[in-house]
Amino acid sequence: MDQYTLNLLVVGASFALYIGIAIWARAGSTAEFYAAGQGVPPVMNGMATAADWMSAASFISMAGLIAFVGYDNSTFLMGWTGGYVLLALLLAPYLRKFGKFTVPEFVGDRFYSQGARLVAVICLIVISVTYVIGQMRGVGVTFARFLEVSTDTGLYIGAAIVFAYAVFGGMKGITYTQVAQYCVLIIAYTIPAIFISLQVTGNFLPQLGLFGTYAPSGGDVAFLTKLDQVVMELGFSQYTAHSTSTLNMVFFTMSLMIGTAGLPHVIIRFFTVPKVADARWSAGWALVFIALLYTVAPAVGSMARLNITSTFWPNAVAGNALDGEALSVEEINTNPELTWINTWVNTGLLGFEDKNGDGRIQYYNDASPAMQAIATERGWVGNELTKFDRDMLVLANPEIAKLPGWVIALVAAGGLAAALSTAAGLLLAISSAVSHDLIKGAINPNITEKGELLAARVSMAFAIVVATWLGLNPPGFAAQVVALAFGLAAATIFPVLMMGIFSKRINKEGAIAGMLVGLFSTAIYIFLFLGWFFIPGTATLENVPANWLFGISPASFGTVGAILNFGAAYIVSGMTKEPPREIQDLVESIRVPKGAGAATGH
Amino acid sequence: MADNSKDNNAYWAANKRIIGVSLVIWFLCSFGFGILLRPMLSGISVGGTDLGFWFAQQGSILVFLVLIFFYAWRMNKVDAEHGVEE
Repeated sequence: MDQYTLNLLVVGASFALYIGIAIWARAGSTAEFYAAGQGVPPVMNGMATAADWMSAASFISMAGLIAFVGYDNSTFLMGWTGGYVLLALLLAPYLRKFGKFTVPEFVGDRFYSQGARLVAVICLIVISVTYVIGQMRGVGVTFARFLEVSTDTGLYIGAAIVFAYAVFGGMKGITYTQVAQYCVLIIAYTIPAIFISLQVTGNFLPQLGLFGTYAPSGGDVAFLTKLDQVVMELGFSQYTAHSTSTLNMVFFTMSLMIGTAGLPHVIIRFFTVPKVADARWSAGWALVFIALLYTVAPAVGSMARLNITSTFWPNAVAGNALDGEALSVEEINTNPELTWINTWVNTGLLGFEDKNGDGRIQYYNDASPAMQAIATERGWVGNELTKFDRDMLVLANPEIAKLPGWVIALVAAGGLAAALSTAAGLLLAISSAVSHDLIKGAINPNITEKGELLAARVSMAFAIVVATWLGLNPPGFAAQVVALAFGLAAATIFPVLMMGIFSKRINKEGAIAGMLVGLFSTAIYIFLFLGWFFIPGTATLENVPANWLFGISPASFGTVGAILNFGAAYIVSGMTKEPPREIQDLVESIRVPKGAGAATGH
Repeated sequence: MADNSKDNNAYWAANKRIIGVSLVIWFLCSFGFGILLRPMLSGISVGGTDLGFWFAQQGSILVFLVLIFFYAWRMNKVDAEHGVEE
């Protein structure tokens, strides 16, 4: 069976499973549509949360981000997991006790203000829409590579599948499909990782292999020592060393953590469990399932980096890379084990060019002065591996490590599962904000249960159409908008929720002032460096560390925005009168678990 | 209602104490050992690198897991002690 048929079979089977679940788990009420009837067991909710949270960025991009930077990008590992501690301790149990359906609804009730609710809706929509664009692109790219259709066709197929289970099933359908998608994505991620860890370190557990020994050269040198040695020989910075600003690393990690805790589509998952205690356990289970991928990712990234480097410098396996010749163009074109190179060149994600015409591809850091000296001596005229897109690393990994065809097909299904599950969660957060917070909350409070359910489905369908359109016409700034999504979640949603629970003194004036200060300070700082509303060429300042305020990058600014939000809220609340008695009682009641079952959505 | 709210205050204080201790550990094992204190721990080597690198790429995540399960377990007991469990 050829690779294409295999991919088609595995991906087709996974899609059939999702549709089957959608038919089985149709939503019959708004409680089921918004919160899966609040009857999801904690372990299952943990699994669904893990799939909801781990997007195309976690599955496809993260290992590549770590592989090509090394220690300094540990920020993603700590940042995207540490947020769950904040969720479990500071937000999830109390929001579950509150017992409503959406994040803006909590903000509106706690701060007794339609205005506050509306600001929260705006923040939620900006965050979720920017996030969903990346997922739709991820679906398109994965389809394009593995099923040989155009990126656009891939996007349409993905949108149709999400439509089928999200519009009919709502949160209930999404939850059970996410459980299935988690199983697909984690198997797809860990199987190649185990194979590669065995090949590179002889240890079948990637988490241990990362700190084990390098097997191909006889096992007498530590894997990370070998990796450091090889990359430094080629003029790249030491893999395990810390080489960027410490302050920025701390702020970026913090931004990712509080951004994670403030993402509406993650928070609403905790509304689906039966009890407050379940919300606490559920956050733990979510992190168990996330950690299965996140502890493997640094191993996948580093081992792939060494595999790729030693592919282009065959002598690096046993000794020094530069003691031998680089990989020849002839071998790339004739060796059956290296067909992946040309396959990926065809997708545009990989590129090589024999600049000096010696028939070999020299891969090195041509910005390093030491390498420039060696290059002059040996007649090289620049790095000849001209393009290596970080996003192809995980998808190409099974081929680079020469794994069997069914593993490659599984990785395709896994990438699609990661992107689709996150897209569905985001679309639900958007549609419930529209139907529950805007339509029922502001425009037509007397809408019937049936009417609201219909409105929720129509908003979901509309959100899918918008997301598909944005995926087809990406604004060309996919990387920047992710900074905006995390920055805004950190600077607006997280502080307002935390203050709403932990302070009785913060009033509506303080909450609104805080959210607006967080929103504008973060958005303006990002726009200053990345272009106003991301329009190319409109950036006020060049995006280089010398221009950053105290060396804090735009992506790390969410932490500062959050501090400003807290500060503004406390100052403004101190100058205005305290919240009414019944609001203080509400805060008292969400702090204790007792009586959560009695709470309803209306 | 008056007695109730007094006990609720004690419950909330106990909760905040547990959160406080947990967050100190959370900070120490990620920002501390993983980033800020890494130079101090550089003498302790772990498989080809040092302890700080292990905390940044593995250890912090494992500590986060233990913290959340510890909190859930501890709070269930505190809920019962204060009679506020569901």
